[in-house]
Amino acid sequence: MLTKRIIACLDVHAGRVVKGVQFVDLVDAGDPATQAARHAREGADEIVLLDITATHEGRQTLLDTVRRTARELFVPFCVGGGIRTARDAEQVFEAGADKVSINSAALADPSLIGEIGRSFGAQAVIVAIDARRDPLAADPVRDAQVFVNGGRKPAGRRAVEWAREAEQRGAGEILLTSMDADGTRAGFDCELTAAVSQAVSIPVIASGGAGTVAHFAEVFARGKADAALAASIFHFGVSSARALKEELAACGVPVRLPC
Amino acid sequence: MRVTVIDYKAGNLTSVLKALRHLGAEVEVTDGNLALVESAERLVLPGVGHFAATRRLDATGLTPAIRSAIARGVPFLGICVGMQWLYSGSTEAPEQPGLGCFAEQCTRFPEGSEKIPHVGWNSLDVRNSSRLLAGVAPGEFVYFTHSYKAPVTAESAAVTHYIEPFAAAVERGNLFGVQFHPEKSGATGLKILKNFLEAAC
Repeated sequence: MLTKRIIACLDVHAGRVVKGVQFVDLVDAGDPATQAARHAREGADEIVLLDITATHEGRQTLLDTVRRTARELFVPFCVGGGIRTARDAEQVFEAGADKVSINSAALADPSLIGEIGRSFGAQAVIVAIDARRDPLAADPVRDAQVFVNGGRKPAGRRAVEWAREAEQRGAGEILLTSMDADGTRAGFDCELTAAVSQAVSIPVIASGGAGTVAHFAEVFARGKADAALAASIFHFGVSSARALKEELAACGVPVRLPC
Repeated sequence: MRVTVIDYKAGNLTSVLKALRHLGAEVEVTDGNLALVESAERLVLPGVGHFAATRRLDATGLTPAIRSAIARGVPFLGICVGMQWLYSGSTEAPEQPGLGCFAEQCTRFPEGSEKIPHVGWNSLDVRNSSRLLAGVAPGEFVYFTHSYKAPVTAESAAVTHYIEPFAAAVERGNLFGVQFHPEKSGATGLKILKNFLEAAC
């Protein structure tokens, strides 16, 4: 049976994993290669490394980090943050990533999705969408707005419609972050996740709002998510991917338990 | 252990090379050099994306070189599209023939309530006699990402269920194929690659 994926997300800045709230008050949380290996060993189905500063000067540092992290990692490995061109993506793949996650660059130039996909396969392209419900719209969920710049600037697109276009242009997966839920630890936005997931045939990874194991069970059942991103849950209470998955299995969610 | 990985510009080889090297193999990449296929001790044909990409194997003269290596008894492992190429073809690119070592054709998952592509970790139902999957316990998981698949036959080494049962692995003599990505399937995947590197054919 196809299992629901738990994806461990590492925010990196200047070659280190960092923890913080809304990108401020960053605290050092270790070496990316060590952290990624630990999550994989403990049962994470996939690792996402997100360059949260993504400066031009930091590019070489990021590629070194990707290279070091990929070396001993034998589960799917995605890198996001600051990928603006097909050449940026190519460098990340050469450094050992299996997938790239693109966000604002895809909104600015949607043809980038197909361009990367033609060289590296659709499975290698994740389009990340940051969305917020639109309380003024007729249907606040279906008409949720896409945002860029960490949720500060509206992109002028609707999440469901943009996810559909991304799929048509050759995206392999959608990484959907609810800006309303992000950081609240009050649960994923299941309605928004379900609206996007049911609009596309490619997998949707839910992100934002996880605070308890029950939130994950909920986003898989009610939110129709194919995978869920786990970041801060590992900092608050749940000790590891294994612990999370064991509890999910007890709730009847199909998960891969590490050998 | 020396192994030759066939590069036909279909996606990224980094992960496959890394996994084989991690297992201690001495890895070389063909990169257009047919002589490397002719002198190969073991061959790996990776592949992601579209079946039409295998056209480059014909265009660059790799197809006859691979065919004669297989006839010589060189152990051959096809991964993902590389496995599908061992069949007569795929409905994904009907005009492009496969190698035809297995007579069946690859087809798309039927449309219905489930998503296509099939992406993620799914379990293997392993046939007892498989050398490639020796030591893989019932229900161990491997990582898949594909929309087309080969049918279950007597030569299937493992069966996986998604929408319907399909061949997760195929095996006959010195021919091996896996629909999943062993290089991305954790300890289980490494065990399978190690079995291939050590297989006596």
